[in-house]
Amino acid sequence: MKVYSIYILNKAGGLIYQNDVNPGLTKLTANDYLVLAGTLHGVHAIASKLSINIDGMESHQESTANANSALLVSGRSQDANNNKSGLQSIETDLFNLYVFQTLTGIKFIIITSPNPGELKKSYDSANEVFKQLYIVYSDYVMKDPFYSLDMPIKSFLFDTKVKEFVT
Amino acid sequence: MSDDIILPSATSMSTLTISDVSRTGFGYNPSVGTASNSITSETSNILLNRKTISLTPTSANSIYDKNVSSKKITEISLSSLSFLFCEIVNWSHKNSKGIQDLETRLNGLGYQIGQRFLELTKLREGFKNSKREIRIIEVLQFIHGSFWKSIFGRAANDLEKSQDVSNEYMIIDNAPLVSRFISIPKDYGNLNCSAFMAGIIEGALDSASFQADVTAHSVPVDGYPSRTVFLIKFHESLMVRESLRFG
Repeated sequence: MKVYSIYILNKAGGLIYQNDVNPGLTKLTANDYLVLAGTLHGVHAIASKLSINIDGMESHQESTANANSALLVSGRSQDANNNKSGLQSIETDLFNLYVFQTLTGIKFIIITSPNPGELKKSYDSANEVFKQLYIVYSDYVMKDPFYSLDMPIKSFLFDTKVKEFVT
Repeated sequence: MSDDIILPSATSMSTLTISDVSRTGFGYNPSVGTASNSITSETSNILLNRKTISLTPTSANSIYDKNVSSKKITEISLSSLSFLFCEIVNWSHKNSKGIQDLETRLNGLGYQIGQRFLELTKLREGFKNSKREIRIIEVLQFIHGSFWKSIFGRAANDLEKSQDVSNEYMIIDNAPLVSRFISIPKDYGNLNCSAFMAGIIEGALDSASFQADVTAHSVPVDGYPSRTVFLIKFHESLMVRESLRFG
């Protein structure tokens, strides 16, 4: 799996980082990148609202009341509205797109070469990239005093580190 | 006109009781709004019955209670150090009038650490092994070696003497600890946050009666983007002292 491009979206859906790490994709205009980011953000949000709700609203209310004790016991959020991964991947003949949303609402998006193999395997390798990306983001963006939250990322150290693990 | 205090979670204090039922349970829920912070029987139950671990440092082997002269290496988290330093830079930046001023402020903060840390390093060397460096080259080797090791965990990468100017020396660190995660934006010119570390060196040298001005300069090379040269410029009087003592 070859990573073509990496996008990072802030929690409002604004594009804060875009890097074509490997050649292969046609360049878009700066405006188109922003539109693409915003669209993905919206689709992700809508997709997370799609859910099978057999028991109706009442049971839903009950489940949120117990959500916190469940959260404290298991350490995992089971609330239907919290951090649901609405859209995880888009697969086409020409590229695959994977989305990963952190608990704080930042979205990492990677566009990779299509890999017509085992589906789970490509998920795993995408997750490995996301893990690395998240680590590098937390280190080189969050610990940079010259970065202001939700603004475009201009750190060159971050650039270098990202290039290191995708190439 | 009544002066009722408006509480964020309820209209008045009296309505906020332990039996208040929150539909959403524990914690703040933005979809419900501020009311979600009120205490319910469920949440109070969780809070009262949950087993907790005390984070207050009371045990004898906590980092706060260790003997200061202990030779055992004490480690702190690089992340917390980085976040603290990040905030130090932000705070100094907010108060400063310009890039030069920001560097001076960082230098000043480091200076006090250097003065104190020299004392601590000497104490940890032990009374028998410890000696006072009286030559410039000796004190520089001490700073470059054991002082650097005790404060940053490893010796600095290089120690050089300027060929043109007799009172200038350079300590080179390939990846300074405090600015490992920092990238300086282009419009900040040649600002280097390791000015803080330069301050530490300056404090230690001054405290050891080697008056010097120390500045940090970025000299990146391949593979080490944050490589920094600490330029140490000793005062003229010191060079006179050195020549009187050792000819």
